[in-house]
Parts: sequence; structure tokens; C-alpha cells
Amino acid sequence: MSKAAVGAGPGSGSSLDSDLGKDSFHGRRWPLYSLLAFGYAFLYVPVLLLIIYSFNESRLVTVWAGFSTKWYGELLRNQQLLDAAWLSVRIAAVNASIALVLGTLAANALVRHGRFRGRTGFELLLTAPLVMPDVIIGLSLLLLFVALQQTLGWPPGRGFTTITIAHITFSMAYVAVIVRARLARMDRSLEEAAMDLGARPLKVYLSITLPLIAPALLAGWLLAFTLSLDDLVIASFVSGPGSTTLPMLVYASVRMGVSPQINALATIIVAVVSLAVVIAGLTMRRPQGERP
Amino acid sequence: MMARLQRLTTGPRQLSRLVNIGLPYLWLGLFFLLPFVIVLGISLAEPALAQPPYTALWEWVEEGVLAIRLNLQSYLLLAEDELYLTALLSSLWIALICTLLCLLLGYPMAYAIATASERWRVLLLMLIVLPFWTSFLIRVYAWMGILKSNGILNNVLLSLGVIEQPLQILHTPLAVYIGIVYSYLPFMILPLYANLTRLDFGLLEAAADLGCRPWRAFLAVTLPLSLPGIIAGSMLVFIPAVGEFVIPDLLGGPQTLMVGKMLWTEFFSNKDWPLASALAILLLAVLVVPFVLLQRLEENWERRLEDERS
Repeated sequence: MSKAAVGAGPGSGSSLDSDLGKDSFHGRRWPLYSLLAFGYAFLYVPVLLLIIYSFNESRLVTVWAGFSTKWYGELLRNQQLLDAAWLSVRIAAVNASIALVLGTLAANALVRHGRFRGRTGFELLLTAPLVMPDVIIGLSLLLLFVALQQTLGWPPGRGFTTITIAHITFSMAYVAVIVRARLARMDRSLEEAAMDLGARPLKVYLSITLPLIAPALLAGWLLAFTLSLDDLVIASFVSGPGSTTLPMLVYASVRMGVSPQINALATIIVAVVSLAVVIAGLTMRRPQGERP
Repeated sequence: MMARLQRLTTGPRQLSRLVNIGLPYLWLGLFFLLPFVIVLGISLAEPALAQPPYTALWEWVEEGVLAIRLNLQSYLLLAEDELYLTALLSSLWIALICTLLCLLLGYPMAYAIATASERWRVLLLMLIVLPFWTSFLIRVYAWMGILKSNGILNNVLLSLGVIEQPLQILHTPLAVYIGIVYSYLPFMILPLYANLTRLDFGLLEAAADLGCRPWRAFLAVTLPLSLPGIIAGSMLVFIPAVGEFVIPDLLGGPQTLMVGKMLWTEFFSNKDWPLASALAILLLAVLVVPFVLLQRLEENWERRLEDERS
């Protein structure tokens, strides 16, 4: 326990340090803070400009011609876009749910099953989708689906199913990372107590472990959902005629140039996602059962 | 205690192993590993005007005779046509420069966040993670409006009188650099932050007590200790950046050759599936080394986590 307390550096040392005290050995803080400010400006100004110009009257996205919400109205009347959005949301929801289950199982395997045979390969397969360029994942999955169709006759066509399978494959790796970190840091004394009192392992897992890691499960589900909603490259490879996802439609429109409707869409996405992240962040702030 | 141990070694434990390890393994094997084998196979096929547009690798010539045809044409083409090699080298170069830029900006940011007071740290970290959740495509699109010749940046600079002619930034390599650094910066900051928060700042204090100036202490203590974080962050930026498609396609111009974009063009425009597959194999081969490096770090990281637990 003492080792854990030392290792948990962030919680132990810095809460005692005031910013003033740190100056003595961290050096002057202002150059650091100005870089920090620049970095945040770099990350946020483009998105802010995007949002501001979504309320622009003019079709020319970059010339300000007065406040208007007409692009939002046009967006809501764009049936093609609404269809694509609905398809994307359905894919994202199914993907997030299945990826959550598979990713959590994988996290259990890594944290709870020690050094099982084939563990290195298992970890390799779980890390690779995190960094693998999208074009490679997309191409390879398409070729798999084509080969499967030729030999087994399944999948019958490309669309909802193939896109969802492709998304699960990379989303589950992200879920596994989040859930694994949480499982590894979890205090197991409650589980041990329940076991000693004779509860069955499955019962312990369902009624103690899962509630304790619930914030990570929520974060994992949300991340899988947004990753799927955001994917252009992989979906372009594995989709078929008649199944255009929202990013595919946005991409086609953006290639033609900047359009205020896309700005409006972007604003809605940013608003929804920010809200979800803030809510998730607030629920995760006071985690229970975690070591201090 | 004994009863618990016994329970762990019998039935339910076995079933739990099977489900926890088996299901994800099966899924990744089928939908992640097997596809690479097929890509390798199709990179050795011949393009054809058919559906799908490649020839079969094997056929039964007569009873009991299986003929396998491996066509190396796609690889020869990659080797002969300078365009592909140039694209690969230029992708590696662009990814390298962007990784360094991310490090230069990301390290001070991660350091500032890691050493901020606890209350600030949560907020600052959330602000790093937030853009990571909003649409990547839309964030790249945002730069189109800024960098266009009649875009926001040029309008501002023109009205301030800094420039007389609009700058051509969109559709140049510079726009690609900006786009990649912008999109991948959080991937650099997060592992660096994770590493720096675990750093024992007592060491820095000791160095200061012994009369070491902050900069010397940083170079002698902090930097070497944060090396795992630097490498992890760099790999998380470098590997996907090499194969990036959206950014060079939307922000780059005809001069920016990148292998991800080339693969896309071979596949979607030229319908040459074998050549696209060969390009994918080439890209994979180049990325194996950085990937193994990343994997090693992950293993060390995990071992440290386990050490802390015990």
C-alpha cells in the first residue's frame, strides 16, 4: 500500500505544493503558461470560428454578412443528410454496445487472467487497431468481406452490417484501454469480501465489479459511439451502394468547397459531444472504490 | 481463503477464461488478422476487368493438380515507378516533422498540466481530451475555411496590412503540416501527461537543493525519466500520420504526395485492387518497427502498474 501511495505521484506530492512552492525547482512558470495558452488557442480557435460562421447570413463562409440561423433550417430540410445521419447514429449505437462487451471482456482477460498463453499476441491484436492507418484497416476488411461473400455467400451485401463489424473491430480496442485502466486501479477488497462470504464469481462480477467500473463503461461506450460517428475512411471502403454514412456525405460536400450547412452541422455535433463529455466528466470526477 | 482458491481453479474459472480471452481473440483474429492475410494474397493477384477486379490465386487445372499463380507485377511496379517510393518517403518525412512539432508544443503543455494544481489539472486535461471527441473530419474542414486564399486568416492579415496579396496556404504542404499537428496533438500530450504525473518531483527538489539550476535539472532528471512518454506519444502520432488520408486530401495539393492518399486513389479511382494491396503491405512493413517499439513500451508500462498493485 505504501508503494502505491508513492507511485500515485499526482495525488500525493502536488496537492501539497502550492504553485508558489513549485517555482523553486520547476523554474519560471510564465513561458510554460504562455505556450499552454498558445496550445489551447491552436486547438480551440478553428472550432470556434467554425461555430461563429455557422450563424453567418452569407453563403461565402468567410465573409461576415450578419447573423442568421437559416443554414440550420436548410440543414433540417436536407432529407439526404438526415437519412445519412440516422444511418450513422444506428451504426454507432450498435457498434458501441457490441464493442463495449468485447472490449470489457478483453480488459478482464488482461487484468484478471494473468499471463495466459498467447497473451503477447492478444495484446498485439488489441494495440494495433489503435494506431493502424485507416486506409489499411478499411482495405483489408473490404477484401475480407469480398472473399467471405465469394466463398460463404455472407455477408449478402455491403452496408449496415459490414460497416458495423468494421467499427467494432477498432472501437473495442479503445474500450479495452479505458476499462483496463479502471480495472487495474480498482480496489478489490469488496470483491474479496463477497467471495469470502460465498458469492459466486459471476455474481460478484455482475453486482460488485461492474457497478464499480461503471464510469469507465460509460466513457468506453461514448468513445466507441463517437469514433464510429466520425469514421470516414473505413466506412468508405466497406460500405455499399445505398448506404452513405454522415461522414461520407460531409466529405463529398466538403470536397466541393466550404459550405455553411456543414458549419451548422459541425456546430450541432460539437454542442452534443461537448455536453456528453462534460456530463461524463462530472460523473467520473468522484469515482468510488478507487485508490487515492 | 482455501475455498476461494478452490473455486478459482474449477469450472466457472475455466468458463470465464474461455469467454474473456476467447471471444475478443476470435473477433480480432477473424476481422483484424485474417484480413491482412487476404491483403497479402490479393497483392499477389493480377488486376482484371471482373467483379471483384482481380484474378484468383489458385485454380484446379485438372483432377488432383492445383495451380498457384503468384503475380509479383504489383510489387515490381512499386519498385520501378519512382512515384510510389517518393510518396512513401515523403509520407515518412511529413510524419516525422509533424511528430517533432507535436513534441515541441505538446511537451511543455503536458508538463504545465502535470505540474498545475490539482483543481486546474482536471479542467486542463478535459480541454485536451475534448477535441479528441469531436469529429476529426470537421476539425480538418475548419482549417479549409481559415487557410483558403479568401479565407479568414488572409482576410485578417490583409485588413491589418501585414500582407498585400493573399497567401496561398491551402493546398500546400504547409497546410498538411498544420492539419496533422492540429489533429494529433492530443495523442502526444496524453501519454506525456500520464508519464510526467508519475514522475517523482522530489528528485527535482533534491537537485534544486544541491544547487542545480532548473534547466540543468530538467535536462538531467526530467527529460531522461520522461523518455518512455516521449516515445509513446511520438509513435501514437507518427504511425497513423504516415498513412493519413483525409488531411492530405482536403488540405494538401498536388505536390503533397502521401502514401495513404495514393492507396485510396489506386483503389477507388484506378480500381487496381492488387496494387492498392501491395501498397498496404509496403506501408505495413514500414510501420512494423515503430509499432514494435510502442508495444514494448506498453508492456513496460503495464508491468509497472502491476508492480504498484502488489
